[in-house]
Amino acid sequence: MVVYDALIIGGGVVGCSIARELSRCKINALLVEKECDVAMGTSGSNSGVAHAGFYVQPGTLKAETNIKGHRMLPGLCKELSVPYEEIGKLVVAKTEDEIDHLKKLKENGDKNGTRDLEIIYREKVKELEPNIEAVAALYSPTSGILDPFELTIALAENALKNGVKFSLNTEVMGISQKNGRFLVKTNKKGFESKIVINSAGLYSDEISEMVGIDRYKIYPCRGEYHILDKNKSALINHLIYPVPPKDLGGLGVHLTPTVDGNIMIGPSAEYIQEMDVSNTLDVMDTLLKEAKEMLPEISRRDFIRSFAGIRPKLIPQGSKSPADFVIEEDPEVNNFINLVGIESPGLTSAPAIAEKVVEIIKKKKKFKKNRKFNPKRKAPVCFSKLSDQEKSELIKKNPDYGHIVCRCETVTRQEIIDALNNPLNVKSIDGIKRRCRTGTGRCQGGFCTPKIVEIMEELYHPSIDDLTLKGNNSRLFIGRTKDLRKND
Amino acid sequence: MIEREIDIAIIGGGPAGLSAAIAAKKSGIDNILLIERSESLGGILNQCIHEGFGIEIFKEALTGPEYMQRFIDKVEQLKIPCMLNSMVLDINKKKDIIVCSPEGLIKVNAKAIVLAMGCRERTRGNICIPGTRPSGVYTAGCAQNLINLKNYMVGKRVVILGSGDIGLIMARRLKLEGAEVLAVVEILPYSSGLPRNVVQCLEDYDIPLYLGHTVVNIRGRKRVEEVVIAKVDEKWRPIKGTEKRIECDTLLLSVGLIPENELSKMAGISLDSVTYGSRVNENLETNVKGIFACGNVLHVHDLVDYVTLEAELAGNSAADFVRGELRNESNIKVTAGNGVRYVLPHLISGKNDAKFSLRVMCPDRNRKIVVRDGKKILKKIPKMRVNPSEMIQFNIKKEYLEDVKELTIEIE
Repeated sequence: MVVYDALIIGGGVVGCSIARELSRCKINALLVEKECDVAMGTSGSNSGVAHAGFYVQPGTLKAETNIKGHRMLPGLCKELSVPYEEIGKLVVAKTEDEIDHLKKLKENGDKNGTRDLEIIYREKVKELEPNIEAVAALYSPTSGILDPFELTIALAENALKNGVKFSLNTEVMGISQKNGRFLVKTNKKGFESKIVINSAGLYSDEISEMVGIDRYKIYPCRGEYHILDKNKSALINHLIYPVPPKDLGGLGVHLTPTVDGNIMIGPSAEYIQEMDVSNTLDVMDTLLKEAKEMLPEISRRDFIRSFAGIRPKLIPQGSKSPADFVIEEDPEVNNFINLVGIESPGLTSAPAIAEKVVEIIKKKKKFKKNRKFNPKRKAPVCFSKLSDQEKSELIKKNPDYGHIVCRCETVTRQEIIDALNNPLNVKSIDGIKRRCRTGTGRCQGGFCTPKIVEIMEELYHPSIDDLTLKGNNSRLFIGRTKDLRKND
Repeated sequence: MIEREIDIAIIGGGPAGLSAAIAAKKSGIDNILLIERSESLGGILNQCIHEGFGIEIFKEALTGPEYMQRFIDKVEQLKIPCMLNSMVLDINKKKDIIVCSPEGLIKVNAKAIVLAMGCRERTRGNICIPGTRPSGVYTAGCAQNLINLKNYMVGKRVVILGSGDIGLIMARRLKLEGAEVLAVVEILPYSSGLPRNVVQCLEDYDIPLYLGHTVVNIRGRKRVEEVVIAKVDEKWRPIKGTEKRIECDTLLLSVGLIPENELSKMAGISLDSVTYGSRVNENLETNVKGIFACGNVLHVHDLVDYVTLEAELAGNSAADFVRGELRNESNIKVTAGNGVRYVLPHLISGKNDAKFSLRVMCPDRNRKIVVRDGKKILKKIPKMRVNPSEMIQFNIKKEYLEDVKELTIEIE
């Protein structure tokens, strides 16, 4: 049996960042993920914001990794060809009373090392955001946005290319230790590894328990979002946040432009009992109401989709102070690197967390440098972002780039084929969607889903069971037309 | 980029586009280009394999593909040039059209344009259905495509939200395929489909119709496991305590159609906030001279026969425009009054017989359509039955329209 040097549990942005960071070394590493793709949990359902670091408490791991991660992200995204836009953020005060909060946030940010924070007043706010009414705002010009799916996928693909192995659809069922090694039992087969890294996000407490660490409990805190039609994208230019509510659930319902050109509204913050990513009637209404307070032009008509994600919180509802990230080799379990409670700003912090984890590992054992390490990943073609000239040339080379399949997002047949040939070999409809944006537009896949299925048939003749929305048990179809009539 | 000069460009190769193209060609314009984004002509009717099309025009009940074939044959016979797999990316006021096709990017400068892009289905996101996001939630038209054209069965135990015509047709289709259709759920107190479809698709197959209900939750992590429905109050808000759980694997949505006017907006065309379609005059010309609209991109129809007739007018108007013979004197405003959801066209000249299409707000019996100019009543048309699902069309002779300043059309 292969003995891995390191086994990473969880293919979120943290797990994939670690995988990529480890691949700088000559190391035999494996990442296991229970879902059919990476970024299927918290990493894929958040605001996609690169936080500049003024919310987090000074002196914490959150602050350290947030500030560092925020500085690393633009370069990292460039290396991986992931769109990153430094659009800036406004935390807006609706009343004079709230200006004090802004000042406190600024002080906090200054302490942490956030760059260029500035309190601006009504007129300057109007200048930056003509559609936003505010008494004042904390302006953070270095806050950015990125697509968390794309970043996580890019990290995973780059790690894969540099030698890390990935095993998707692989759920860890138990971990035992023998002769200083971990035996990781999964739904598929067992793996043996010298080091285990727990980046299981929402399930990091369960994984901890498998090695006898019972001091962590994850309190799931759900956040719901709405996504707006692109025809509303011109309404705002920056991230628009309210003064954060006091209950520590989240940063408050905000307006988030995405790199694809939609605006998102959300998230709510609601502690829940089970890992249930449902949208709920009351919250969906509340989100609209709160967003309308900031931007009255929005209406329900503009919604194209709603979704929800869960924050893996380490503190229960009503706690007085926030919890810090856990990033450590467990003091009691040797070679078990534990990452627990990685909630916001986890996406921003991920590159810094990964460096920290690799430092911990390097202190334990020296690995040779991976001389073949290539930090770059080429992004697949995005037809809609090309100039007319580039489009023409591309179509001349390959006519499938001239055949638009997803009309709302202008995604061509060849882009879908490229997405289907992805290095991680993810073949779900959502997997394609996250790689080339099919079905993310206003018809939500109503027109292109049948066409994508047709392309899949043409390319690799899948069985009915292989045609899924998001992996196992999410079959699109129950069979062929006439199948139900066969036994009549 | 390849550049082409065209007299009439028609965007969309469905029922509207084909009829417009045929009409334009027949009236003597040869330099026509029809642009269709999918791999074949015919549009959405290709997947409507049930019968009932053509009763008005051909006096026969044809299937969708049969109905379309008659027009496709005509297009071929008339040798009208068509581009398939070709999508318009951009269009402007000067009537420059950028087309993306496997042959390359093509810039078409057209003297006239007929918009015939059809409509899209309203989605789950548009109506904010709570719950998880599993596999097994389809819009009815998407399911129809998968079953009828791709040979895939979407589910075994099905709930359908919305009793629009596609929902009703799909209820019957799924039943015929051996699926259990557990409920058709309609938020309104009446069906939003044609009465004949309610009888032929639901009642004949004992499929329960829940009026005044909606879906309040979808459960299931990977595939739909359960749908929760509830009664709604007069503001369409779910009433707590009336929830009913239905174990199922599929939810189909037939919750309305939206004209696809993204291109129209690019060209600076002004839209009607009720129909979501262009504002047009009696020639079906938009506020941009030389750009015409017809079919479901203009307003959603219930019968394809009416689309065909409307598109013929658009095609003829475009031909007249190219020849410099189109008289645009439409300056009499037409407004939807009491009980009327919308009326088309928005402007008439008063110099020709006028043809109107309208939809009423709610179903009723023994009403009259009243056409008035201010307080002066020009015409009253009695109607035994009015129904929001049935588009009403009527003509007014030009004799009635002399010296008219503004028309209001209402239900009495």
